[in-house]
Amino acid sequence: MIERALTGSSRYYGWMTLLGGLIGLGVISYAYQYNTGLGITGMSRDVSWGLYISQFTFLVGVAASAVMLVLPYYLHNYKTFGKIVVLGEFLAIASVTMCLLFILADLGKPMRALNVILHPTPNSILFWDMVVLNGYLFLNVLCGWVALLSEKKEVPPPKWIKPFIYLSIPWAVSIHTVTAFLYAGLPGRHFWLTAIMAPRFLASAFAGGPALLIILCLIVKRVSKFDAGKEAISKLTTIVTYAALLNIFFVLLEVFTAFYSNIPGHMHTLQYLFAGLHGHAQLVPWMWTSTILGVGAILALLTVPGLREKEGLLALTCGALFISLWIDKGLGLVLGGFVPSPMEAVTEYHPSAPEILITIGIWSIGFFILSALYRVAISIKEEKMV
Amino acid sequence: MAIDRRDFLKVAGLTTVIGLTGGGLELLRPGDLDASAPGHEPAAAPGAKQWGMLVDMSRKENWQACIEACHNLHNVPSIDDKKEEIKWIWQAPFQEVFPGSESAYMSDVMKARQFMVLCNHCAEPACVRVCPTKATFKRPEDGIVMMDMHRCIGCRFCMAGCPYGARSFNWREPRLDALTLKGGRKINLEYPTRERGVVEKCTFCAERVDEGKQPACVEATRNGGLVFGDLNDPHSEIRQLLRVKSTIRRKPEVGTNPSIFYVV
Ligand code: SF4
Ligand code: SF4
Repeated sequence: MIERALTGSSRYYGWMTLLGGLIGLGVISYAYQYNTGLGITGMSRDVSWGLYISQFTFLVGVAASAVMLVLPYYLHNYKTFGKIVVLGEFLAIASVTMCLLFILADLGKPMRALNVILHPTPNSILFWDMVVLNGYLFLNVLCGWVALLSEKKEVPPPKWIKPFIYLSIPWAVSIHTVTAFLYAGLPGRHFWLTAIMAPRFLASAFAGGPALLIILCLIVKRVSKFDAGKEAISKLTTIVTYAALLNIFFVLLEVFTAFYSNIPGHMHTLQYLFAGLHGHAQLVPWMWTSTILGVGAILALLTVPGLREKEGLLALTCGALFISLWIDKGLGLVLGGFVPSPMEAVTEYHPSAPEILITIGIWSIGFFILSALYRVAISIKEEKMV
Repeated sequence: MAIDRRDFLKVAGLTTVIGLTGGGLELLRPGDLDASAPGHEPAAAPGAKQWGMLVDMSRKENWQACIEACHNLHNVPSIDDKKEEIKWIWQAPFQEVFPGSESAYMSDVMKARQFMVLCNHCAEPACVRVCPTKATFKRPEDGIVMMDMHRCIGCRFCMAGCPYGARSFNWREPRLDALTLKGGRKINLEYPTRERGVVEKCTFCAERVDEGKQPACVEATRNGGLVFGDLNDPHSEIRQLLRVKSTIRRKPEVGTNPSIFYVV
């Protein structure tokens, strides 16, 4: 079946070649980092995690969002998602792969990564994160592939796969909860030390992931004969809207707690992100862009009549929301946690050129995997249609 | 989906067992159980030591000499770039060391004073709790928080976890060379060479303590500015001093229970 990934239009080949080129640049940059050390990045003693870990954190959300299709389809027998559930699972495969690559890229001693397995340490959340991420990857490869195989043979999925599908539902929640615990359990980092971290992660995931999925479905519709269907897109849009609303609500709760309590440590990071602290304001334009895009997208979703039918506008809205969430979690959340440092220092972080190239390279690997998997899935769906 | 009675009893039984043995707690905070006692301070296992240090800032100590003694002994490279610097023991102003305790009316002496800071060898170290490989661990026999630099994968989780900024990462090749050897420093060939891509910090000179010696920084003191000793021994010098001097610790509110005490 996988050989179908090798066939396709010249546009498909062009896209894959472009990704291949970007991956190549990433690999070269990584070789440089591997030989020189993480000193080639913009990270520092004070901001000791940067773009890699923040991308990982964001993408865990994209991966977890597959559950928004799997759950209604398998648990509530919501047939409309039947056609695209496999697309959600394949998006999860690509995202988790990127997550694992970002962690690997961030390690000072990547060749020792197996130490996490050789010396299992149950008190470390990172240990559990590794367990749940790899487990989720396995579950989605298995469920996605089996579902597609049976679709090809035009038979219902075998019975034995059911338990795995059901398992994948709480598992999706677990990957994002455990990732939130990486941050939420640290003493002395006020910005992260909040019980609402995990719900916030889930809300933003269930908004961002499906938003990306809508865009992907609309692209797929353009470039192939496969159409996810109006109703599926409309349901996804509803999910996106409410998750995004919930996410904003959660953020406002944080703002209230920090500013009404008037505790300096709780206010500092929010001040840094949205207004600047001690003259350092590098992330301020980003955070306001994120806020405007996010609020704008939600307003559009709630008020524009017939938005769901206007494909161009819908794609634009989902794109705005996705970028908003990417800035919020892929930049603000992780970098903000380090400012100010435990010694009250404000150190700013600028990702270096090789760091950005490695990041683009890993995203390209993700899109490469995603495109190949979608190519396989869609060629099968197209076959069934004629 | 219904859970029948037998299943329920099984789950309930298991939960009780975990609860009774404190398994859940043990999972989250290893070592907590055997050390738990009423109140905040963990009771020591019989015979175990807990090394601690008293930093007496009222003494006219030659603090620079203490820093040099440590950094020379452990070949800690001097890197000018603040972002990549590596430090085991260093000086910082009051508001950085005791954030939240500073005030606009503080004495000028206090405002101008540079405080000595190093890893606190916390009794409840956050860095140990988060490390996924046990590369950071607490020695059960004497409470020193150690680093295994050959085990560390360089994930830097411990740096995010330590509430005191006590840890440094080797962003680049850290071996002392022409670039980093300044002011006539010599390499101490007896200290194992370090690697890039791992985290490091003060180890209370565990290798010297094991030989019955004092940490290098303490040995370098002239006026009793640093006193090192066993906090679990009621007759130790440090305990005698703690009994009569008023001391404070850094960020007691985060619950790591630091073993470094300051006379300010
Ligand atoms: S001061 Fe930081 S590095 Fe040292 S033991 Fe405490 S938590 Fe760990
Ligand atoms: S950087 Fe090393 S010592 Fe620190 S948490 Fe990771 S493996 Fe442990």
